[in-house]
Amino acid sequence: MARYILFRLVSAIPVILGITVIVFLIMSLIPGDPAQAILGAYATPENVARINRDLGLDKPMVERYFIWLGNMLTGDFGRSFSLNRPVLDEILERFSATLVLASVSLLVCSLIGVAAGVVSAARQYGWADKTITFAVLIGISIPSFFLGMLMILLFAVKLRWLPVSGMFEIYGGRGPGDLLRHLVLPSVALAVVATGVVARLSRGAMLEVLRQDYIRTARAKGVGEGRVLWGHALRAAMVAILPILGLQAGFVLSGAVYIEVVFQWPGVGRMLVDAILKRDILLVQGAVTFVAGCYVLFNIVVDVAQAMIDPRIKA
Amino acid sequence: MPVFLKLVFRNRLAGAGAIIIAALVLTCLLVPVLPLADPDQTDTAHRFIRPFSEGRLLGTDHLGRDLLSRLLWGTRLSLAVGAVAALLAATFGTLIGVTAGYFGGRVDAVLMRGVDMLMAFPYILLALAIVAALGPGLLNALIAVAAVNVPFFARNIRGISAGLAAREFIDAARLAGEGHLRIILTELLPNVLPTIIVAVSTTIGWMVLETAGLSFLGLGSQPPQADLGSMLGEARPALITAPHTLVVPGLAIFVIVMSINLLGDGLRDALDPRLRSGALARPSPVTLIERAEVPAARAAPGFLDLDALDTRFRVGRRLYKAVNGVSLSIARGECLGLIGESGSGKSVTALSIMGLVASPPGVITGGAVRLEGEDVLALPYAALRSLRGRRVAYVFQDPLSTLHPLYRVGDQLTEAMRVHDRITDQEARARAIELLDTVQIPNPAERLSAYPHELSGGMRQRVGIAMALANDPDLIIADEPTTALDVTVQAQILALLDQLRRDRGLSILFITHDFGVVGQLCDRVAVMYAGRIVEEGPTAAVLAAPAHPYTRRLIDCVPELGGGKRALTAIPGLPPAVDSLPEGCAFAARCDRARDVCRTGTLDLAQTGGRAVRCLFPETTATEDRA
Ligand code: SF4
Repeated sequence: MARYILFRLVSAIPVILGITVIVFLIMSLIPGDPAQAILGAYATPENVARINRDLGLDKPMVERYFIWLGNMLTGDFGRSFSLNRPVLDEILERFSATLVLASVSLLVCSLIGVAAGVVSAARQYGWADKTITFAVLIGISIPSFFLGMLMILLFAVKLRWLPVSGMFEIYGGRGPGDLLRHLVLPSVALAVVATGVVARLSRGAMLEVLRQDYIRTARAKGVGEGRVLWGHALRAAMVAILPILGLQAGFVLSGAVYIEVVFQWPGVGRMLVDAILKRDILLVQGAVTFVAGCYVLFNIVVDVAQAMIDPRIKA
Repeated sequence: MPVFLKLVFRNRLAGAGAIIIAALVLTCLLVPVLPLADPDQTDTAHRFIRPFSEGRLLGTDHLGRDLLSRLLWGTRLSLAVGAVAALLAATFGTLIGVTAGYFGGRVDAVLMRGVDMLMAFPYILLALAIVAALGPGLLNALIAVAAVNVPFFARNIRGISAGLAAREFIDAARLAGEGHLRIILTELLPNVLPTIIVAVSTTIGWMVLETAGLSFLGLGSQPPQADLGSMLGEARPALITAPHTLVVPGLAIFVIVMSINLLGDGLRDALDPRLRSGALARPSPVTLIERAEVPAARAAPGFLDLDALDTRFRVGRRLYKAVNGVSLSIARGECLGLIGESGSGKSVTALSIMGLVASPPGVITGGAVRLEGEDVLALPYAALRSLRGRRVAYVFQDPLSTLHPLYRVGDQLTEAMRVHDRITDQEARARAIELLDTVQIPNPAERLSAYPHELSGGMRQRVGIAMALANDPDLIIADEPTTALDVTVQAQILALLDQLRRDRGLSILFITHDFGVVGQLCDRVAVMYAGRIVEEGPTAAVLAAPAHPYTRRLIDCVPELGGGKRALTAIPGLPPAVDSLPEGCAFAARCDRARDVCRTGTLDLAQTGGRAVRCLFPETTATEDRA
């Protein structure tokens, strides 16, 4: 297993390099003088001179790329002009907030989605299946930012059960209980679409597995139906479901941008939107590279988990 | 195309989706000529008017603008942007996909590598990066959303193109000296086009959602121009005081996306042949039993009796009689062979005994299965389950597909005991080792932790047999247990089964297509053809003097009893489709003794002593004494 993990890590290097190239290419689409674009309102002559020197903006593209890459490798993602602090510090702080939100959502959508998929498959064409299928259709059709606002209206404004927005109370908050209360609405709003997708695909994976000969073998042994479904069948279906969960991580990270804006969650998504509106190019560039890199690493975790549940995958 | 549309509309939800979309598109086209207020006309004296007020059907927003008008104009814009984004993404995706698929090799590798890189991003990051570079604005948001979706199209279409590029008609065109571009345009593209159309129509909803999202964030359409997303964004500050400004555009996006999803699902279902054939149906824990009447019990019940068993397959409106009035009897310690070609109904007969025929499509429509006189098919699920594996155990054909691929053999073995017995871990382990030893697996303790794919075919089948023995059953039903194995291993497994039978007093129902195997193992044999028993008798007698022409042919297929390669090619013709059995003898079409009378009336299974045959002109008069 250790060899497999190492192998996957090594094979991630070209992907991460590819990501930096793509981000770099996209950023070079910026029309006009890059120094001007990056500095925007802060484009004093000395700032322009400094940034040209630091980032090699006056050098040819290839050289510029390697300067940027080299800087990042030493942990230097540049400085945010709108926030006047190192980009990396800001990203790390914001990303941890996003991580909390996204992982809770991913957990919610995995548990509920898979369970709904199993039940749906087990009761194929029964009322439970039809209800779930219909709920899934609604779930994957409703824009998460709209749903989020509706939830605020109902649960925070009308019923006053939960806070309207933010990650902590401004005064006296900060405890884990406080965090949890603030997490409920955004994480659920964020999880809805992914739950729908996971439920739908899990149902398909289960139906595929339930027709297999080894399920008949289990039944022929006298294994009870509960164990057949949640043990034999789900175990085999997980091989197909795990990659779906990996993909959902990307969708949850994406949806987090909207949810963070709606719920004023101090995450990296909201930071990105602000940065774009303020034309804080270095912050955008750094955050996109950083988060995409993390996503690649997360997918390695999924692959390793895959190899752990499926003994047929060997390093 | 009309057939296709019919399919879509047969799915009622998809039809509803199609109708809503058509209505939406029509409305959007008509928006400029409808008597609507100016969507951008502000009227600060009349801000936040509630819906259903006079002259303001949907009320007004924070600047007093008419919401109905803004909604319709916004929907028009959102749909247009979504459609254009989908078309753009499809065009570039197709370009990349077709090029990669058609040329293959290095071109393919390079292009797909790039696509993989793009897909390594959470998609919105890519979109945000593009908007960040180009600057906020509806056009740039559109470009970003389209660009982000190019990889999905590219990958999809590459797969299909690569498949097509390998086909003969493309080769033919190449040999005819046509240019690449011409081949792509005239041969490849027309074949890819349907997929592209389906993909575009099903992703428009997604694109609408994405562009609306960017507009909502303030990165798409800029005021005063409004699409549905920016309307939502503008409504956010007034979320609490004037929720209608939020609900109106929000619901609109929801309806658009949902109807496109409905249509998309309908299209997908309509195009999925597996769904129509019922191949994706989930088999229930017990075969569906719909018996009109239950035949009376025999006067002298054997150990296991099948009485006039009927098992059918219901596929759509067709009914296949897989097992058609089969009666069999197995005594304690006896081995009965059930032999026939594939499709003869022998396996379905075997699976019917413990209600293991997959349903849908299987239904047991008549007859009885009696274990020591008790009607198994009348038992509630819990009672039937406790018989499975404990008193009647199965050994299946291909142990690679019938053993669970992700469980260790040891766990599969001990599970068989645990579902019927409360035993400790040590006991279970000890018994599992003993069982593996019984079936002559070397180093049994080590093998417990092996996965099925780590064992050889013969070893796997031994595990299968050990699992069947786990609860010391009275009857083992072996469904072609040696067919997947090579000849020497086959002989070993047969010898093992024979020895176990003698040691433990097991009854065996042995399903096979091979008379050679029957000769080695079985006391009696029953021959099945097209769902019916056509001959039955003691093995030696039947082998020596087959009465039914079909039996004789089966025996002739065995080149040399007990060895050599057996191929079932010697019988010309195919068994009849069991949904349209001919009148008279089902074998008539392939029988060299057939006469006209064979094709009329019904044929009974004629009993003479211990033998029975269903034939008007048997090869020999069936007697036992020639054995
Ligand atoms: S009944 Fe007639 S057709 Fe059928 S097997 Fe006998 S001889 Fe052949």
